[in-house]
Amino acid sequence: MSIKIRATAKQDSVTVKALMSHPMHTGLQKNKKTGEKIPAHFIQEVNCEHNGNNVLTALWGPAISKNPYLSFKFKGGNKGDTIKISWVDNKGESASEEAQIR
Amino acid sequence: MIQSRRTFLKGSMAGSAVAIAVGAGLLTPQSVLAAWPKAAFEAKGVDSAMSTLFGTTAAAASSDIKIKAPDIAENGAVVPVSVTAGHPGIESISILAAANASPLCASFDLGSSAEGFVSTRIKMGKTSQVIAVVKAGGKVYSASKDVKVTIGGCGG
Repeated sequence: MSIKIRATAKQDSVTVKALMSHPMHTGLQKNKKTGEKIPAHFIQEVNCEHNGNNVLTALWGPAISKNPYLSFKFKGGNKGDTIKISWVDNKGESASEEAQIR
Repeated sequence: MIQSRRTFLKGSMAGSAVAIAVGAGLLTPQSVLAAWPKAAFEAKGVDSAMSTLFGTTAAAASSDIKIKAPDIAENGAVVPVSVTAGHPGIESISILAAANASPLCASFDLGSSAEGFVSTRIKMGKTSQVIAVVKAGGKVYSASKDVKVTIGGCGG
């Protein structure tokens, strides 16, 4: 369960791209071998911070694809600033990662 | 933040079983995120999801919202969707897939420094409209784009 972050500054705008590894089970799929339903397991909330200030909060349902991709842009960031992205899923599991703007 | 708290309260009243379960201490606080609008994500139609999330179904069609998504998505499990909105004071951007059992895919709350752009990948059950709903300055705007889903992968 890791997060890959790439943040690049171009003029006064910073583009952040993040890739999280997570199964994102909807709770509707079945295990092909046993026929049992795979319980829902998906990221519910992703928090994105720039130097400790909240930039974006993503609220997700199970309809986000497996190994979710998220991209957003914001103003006021400079090279070397810290971007922190963290997520929490419906089982209470979480992950957090930091990266520097390039 | 106030709006999302309000929707949560509204949602928990609608699904009062959840509220009772929380009250009785059956669910740990961690399993019920304060900001996550459960009722909106479980709503079974676009109108119901919209009214749960925004308190209205009347969203003004706006040409300032640009949805970038494929015309034909070969794999409905991974449909890249980008939304760009040019409104001043954007509070949130939501993405809905109209034909999904639960249409609401994602809702992004934007901070003051964020630009009106989000990109992610969603799952789509079948061919339908992708709807982007933007809340800016207390008003609700929307735009939609048709995406054809061909499961099985041999193109359109």
